[in-house]
Amino acid sequence: MPPVILASYTVVGPKEGQGPLGTTFDEVWTDNIHGEKSWERAESKLLETAMQGALKQSGLNPEHVDYMLAGDLLNQIISSNFSARTMALPYIGLYGACSTMALSMAVGSMLIDGQFARNVLVGVSSHHETAERQYRLPTEQGMQRPMSAQWTVTGAGSLVLGQSGAGPRITAATIGRVLDYGEKDTANMGAAMAPAVTDTLVNHFNDLNRKPQDYDLIASGDLGMVGLALSQELLKRSGITSGPEFTDCGVLIYDKNQDVHAGASGCACSAVVFAGNIMQRLKAGELKRVLLVGSGALHSPTSQQQGESIPGIGHAVVIEA
Amino acid sequence: MASQNLRQPTIGVTPDEYQNLSKQFTPKPTVVKNTVRAFFIGGLICAIGQVMINLMVMGGMALTQAQTVATAVLIFLGTLLTGLGVYDEIARFGGAGAFIPVTGFANSIVSPALEFKREGYVAGVGSRLFMVAGPVLVYGISTSILVGLIYYLLLIF
Repeated sequence: MPPVILASYTVVGPKEGQGPLGTTFDEVWTDNIHGEKSWERAESKLLETAMQGALKQSGLNPEHVDYMLAGDLLNQIISSNFSARTMALPYIGLYGACSTMALSMAVGSMLIDGQFARNVLVGVSSHHETAERQYRLPTEQGMQRPMSAQWTVTGAGSLVLGQSGAGPRITAATIGRVLDYGEKDTANMGAAMAPAVTDTLVNHFNDLNRKPQDYDLIASGDLGMVGLALSQELLKRSGITSGPEFTDCGVLIYDKNQDVHAGASGCACSAVVFAGNIMQRLKAGELKRVLLVGSGALHSPTSQQQGESIPGIGHAVVIEA
Repeated sequence: MASQNLRQPTIGVTPDEYQNLSKQFTPKPTVVKNTVRAFFIGGLICAIGQVMINLMVMGGMALTQAQTVATAVLIFLGTLLTGLGVYDEIARFGGAGAFIPVTGFANSIVSPALEFKREGYVAGVGSRLFMVAGPVLVYGISTSILVGLIYYLLLIF
């Protein structure tokens, strides 16, 4: 049997809690710092809370978990490393930028399917303020964001994957390749990631002889409005017609009047939408087969300053109720 | 198992075609809206400064002194509003109208000071204080020297 998702847990900040998916999250913080002494500590706390929540919900003891897989956006993935220090589980740190949730689900499923593990704990985090101060400007700096800019989600999502038990199953995964079509604008990351996501989708459909209509939902990670429209157009040009089943977690999580412009981004974007809303709909039988395509922009502040374009990546996982 | 079909196709556009496509799909900056807002917010900040100057001159202060005091008060207000977490909201609305006046300059110094205090007073505040204002100062002062030189040379000939 394919690996099963035994439990899921999500924690988000207040802005995400006020969004249209607000009721689908397990915990909503009242502010982004949560009594911690730095934004970075708050982000580690988010990830710890999500991972401990998922572990508790699965009913497993930590000694039953063979690996913890985690990643985030900060330099040297410190949020994950510091959470792993608390969790004290055998740990594999992953970096796929905002695609890390789908990547960790794929790698975790491989570990289980290859019988290297009985249970695997996966999780990712992102935090609006830690991302702003690392990638952009101080958080209190006054400026206007371009219309194509996306808002980094504050939150963390975690899943417990297991060999056996009840729950939705991860039945297939397509690991993406890095594609760079020359986009340099870090305020337009959807456009930078759309080619890689589309490439992964095309490869996925060809590999499994499927079409978009074979899925109840195809959710990209954080393409945002610009990237989603571009990806739909690229699919069309590749001769694949997708309908309303193809949407994006970054488009779903905030409301238009929340002033986020092109939507959401960040590791937590796809993580909290999947581990919250999508998991609930899978369990309720509303969705039978879902394709989650994590999207990642693989640049750094240094590469951006040196004028390099933004390489993108997309990782796809199939989840079936 | 990996199928033979894997990795055969790719998306059917060249990077050049994609750049054009991406331009089409990216929303244009709202120039007119931003300009109108910047005009009013920038104008409002300048009007506040002018009212202060007029009041101080009416109170018997010399004009140049009043101008200096008004600038200092605006810097204080910019600093205070940044500390209270309000100035970035004003700038989100007013854009360049909030960024260009001296209040915006105060904001660009205070916001890194607040942000990097957690990294300490040397590696944090000290080294990051001018991360936004630094380039403005470097090129602003350099340009003013250059223009001064040209002016000086023009006066000679």
